[in-house]
Amino acid sequence: MESLTFRHTTKKPLPGSVPNAITGVVASGNLEILLERVLPPDACEVAIETPIAGYGAVWEAVVADFVARAQPGGLRISINDGGARPDTVSLRLLQGARLMEA
Amino acid sequence: MAGAHAASTDPDALSWYEATARQRVVALADPGSFREFLPPTERRMSPHLPLFDLPRAFDDGIVVGRAKLDGKTVLVAAQEGRFMGGAFGEIHGAKLVGLLRAALTLKPAAALILFDTGGVRLQEANAGETAIAETMRAIVDVRAAGIPVIGLIGGRAGCYGGGGLIAGTCSRLAVSEGGRISVSGPEVIETNKGAEEFDSRDRALVWRTMGGKHRRLIGGADAFCADSVSAFREAALDLIGRAPAFDLATLEAEQARLESRLARFGDCRDATDVWARLGVNDPDAVPAMDTRAFDETVARVREADHDAR
Amino acid sequence: MTLAEILAGLFPQGHSVSVRDGLVTGGGAFADGTLHVVGVDGDTPLGVDGALVLSRAVLDAVRAGDRAPILVVVDSDSQRMSRRDELLGLNECLAHLAKALLLADRSGHPTIGLIYGHSAAGAFIATALATRVLAALPGANPSVMDLPSVAKVTKLPLDKLQEMAKSTPVFAPGIDNMVATGAVHVVLDPAKPLDGQIRDLITNLQPGDDRDRLGEERGGRPVARGISAAVIAQAGRG
Repeated sequence: MESLTFRHTTKKPLPGSVPNAITGVVASGNLEILLERVLPPDACEVAIETPIAGYGAVWEAVVADFVARAQPGGLRISINDGGARPDTVSLRLLQGARLMEA
Repeated sequence: MAGAHAASTDPDALSWYEATARQRVVALADPGSFREFLPPTERRMSPHLPLFDLPRAFDDGIVVGRAKLDGKTVLVAAQEGRFMGGAFGEIHGAKLVGLLRAALTLKPAAALILFDTGGVRLQEANAGETAIAETMRAIVDVRAAGIPVIGLIGGRAGCYGGGGLIAGTCSRLAVSEGGRISVSGPEVIETNKGAEEFDSRDRALVWRTMGGKHRRLIGGADAFCADSVSAFREAALDLIGRAPAFDLATLEAEQARLESRLARFGDCRDATDVWARLGVNDPDAVPAMDTRAFDETVARVREADHDAR
Repeated sequence: MTLAEILAGLFPQGHSVSVRDGLVTGGGAFADGTLHVVGVDGDTPLGVDGALVLSRAVLDAVRAGDRAPILVVVDSDSQRMSRRDELLGLNECLAHLAKALLLADRSGHPTIGLIYGHSAAGAFIATALATRVLAALPGANPSVMDLPSVAKVTKLPLDKLQEMAKSTPVFAPGIDNMVATGAVHVVLDPAKPLDGQIRDLITNLQPGDDRDRLGEERGGRPVARGISAAVIAQAGRG
C-alpha cells in the first residue's frame, strides 16, 4: 500500500455546512472518499491510501485540478483507493464536494 | 455521532441490486431517520488487510445503525457487497454482533439485516467464522426476546457461505430475483467437485438453483420483491408483523417442513423438477416471469407459505 | 483420539451411541444423569440429510425435557458441496441444526462441543460453533480453508502465506489459531480422564457468549470485542 498526502491553500471555504460526507465504494476500479469539514477555511488536505504504487504524480495532478475547480477550503479529504482511473477519481471528488455543499 | 451524509435517492426508482449498502439503508428508512453507529469518520478499519497489501474501507464493508421504519425504531445492518465481496472480517462481523446485542436492551420493533455477502473474508477467516457463530447466537437471543430479525436479500454478492446460515437463522426473509441464497457458491462447488457437478458459468443454472424465485417457491424465503428499495421496505414492514416465535414448537415445525421437503424433492435433479412437483404448470416459464406473474404462481403453491423457521 | 476412545473414556459403563453414515447419535449414563451425544465422525461432509438427522436428535432431547447435557462431537469435512444439497436448501438445514443446539442451550441443556479431528466452514458453524463451550483434543484441525486454497483465492504465494501464518492467527488454519480467536475455549489433556474434564466444563459453564473476550485476551481477535462494545455504547446513546 502506498500513502500520499497533498496539502493546498484555497482562496475561499467550500460553501455549505454539512460536517461530513462519504461517496463511492472500495472496489476494483473504484474508490471511497470521506470528506470532513475540520480544517481552517483556507486549507484543504487530501490523504490517499492506494494499493497501486508509483502513481504519485498522477494523483498530485488530479488533486490539484480538483482543488482549483472546487475551492474546497476547510475540508480534510481521505481516500481509500481500489485502483480507480483518474477520471473516476475526479468525478468522485466533485460528487463529494457537492454533497458537502448541500 | 451523526452519520456521514450520502446521496439520498427515490426509493421507488432505486434498484436494490445496483445501490450501495449506504444508499439502501438511507432510502429504506423513513426520510432523515438513519443514525449510524461507528460511522466512517471513526475510521474503524481492518487491522489485517494491510498485511495482504489490500485496501481498507472506513466502515469495513458494513453500515450499522438505528432508523425509523413507518415511525417505529428499528436497528439496521447493511453489507456492502462490492467491498471484499461483502465478506465477514473481524470488524465487519463485530459490528453486526454488537448491533444485535444492542437490540436486547434497546428493544426495537425489529432488527433488519441487509445481506450482501460471499461469506467469510479469507484474509481474516478465523475471525469471520467466529463472528458468524456469534451472530447466529445473538440472533437467537434477540428472537427469543420477541424481537423479529428480518433478512433482506437482493444484492450483487448474494448471500453465500456463513451468510446463508445466518439468513437461515432469521425470523423472516425477503428476497428478490437477484438475491441468491446458498452455502457453497457455484465456483466453490465446481472447484471442489468438477464442472459435471456444477457448471458455474451456466448462469441460468445458478439462478434456478440458488436464486430468489426458487427459494421463495420452496419456502426458503417468505416474500419475493421487485428489485426496488420501496418493494423491500414494504416486504420488511409486512414480515415484521408476522414473525414466528423462537421456541420448540417453531423448530419442530421447521424440522417437519425440511424433512418433508427432502422426502418430496430429494430425488430431483433440477429446480424445474421441483417446481413441476410443486404443481407449477409451466416450470420452464418461471425464470422469465415478472413479479406479478410470479406472485400468482407462488399463491398456488402450498410449500411457499409453510414457512416455520 | 478416535471416537471409540472418546466414548470409552466418557462412558466406562457403556453407552448407546451409534455411528451411521458418519452421523453420531445416542447417549449414556454420565455423572448422576445422562449425556446426549450427537455429531459427525470420520471426516464426513455434512449435507441436508445429515443435518436433519442430527437436529431431530437434538430436538428429541429438548422435548424430553431432561435438561441433560448435549455433547457435540466433531470430526467432519466441510459442508457437503453439491448441486442437490444447495437445491434442497442446505443453508436452511445447517441453520436449523445450529438453531436446535442454541434452543437446547436456552432450554437448560448445557451444550459442549468436542472437536477431535477436522471440521470446516458450514459444518463447523452448524455443529461445534453452535455450542456454549467448545473444547478440542490435541491433533484437532479445524479450518475455514486450507492454505493452498487461500493462496489460490488471495493470489499470494503459498510460502509467503505460510510465513505470515506464523505471526497472524486471524487467517491461518489449525487448532492454535481457533483457540487464539476464542472460538475454541480450551484444549483438553488426553492424558487425564475425559469424563472428569467434560464434567468440569459443564460445572463451570459461563453465561452469555464470551468468545470475543477470549479472542481479545489471547490476541487472535484483537479488536472484535471493543468494536461490538462500541456499537452497543453508541446504540444506547438516545
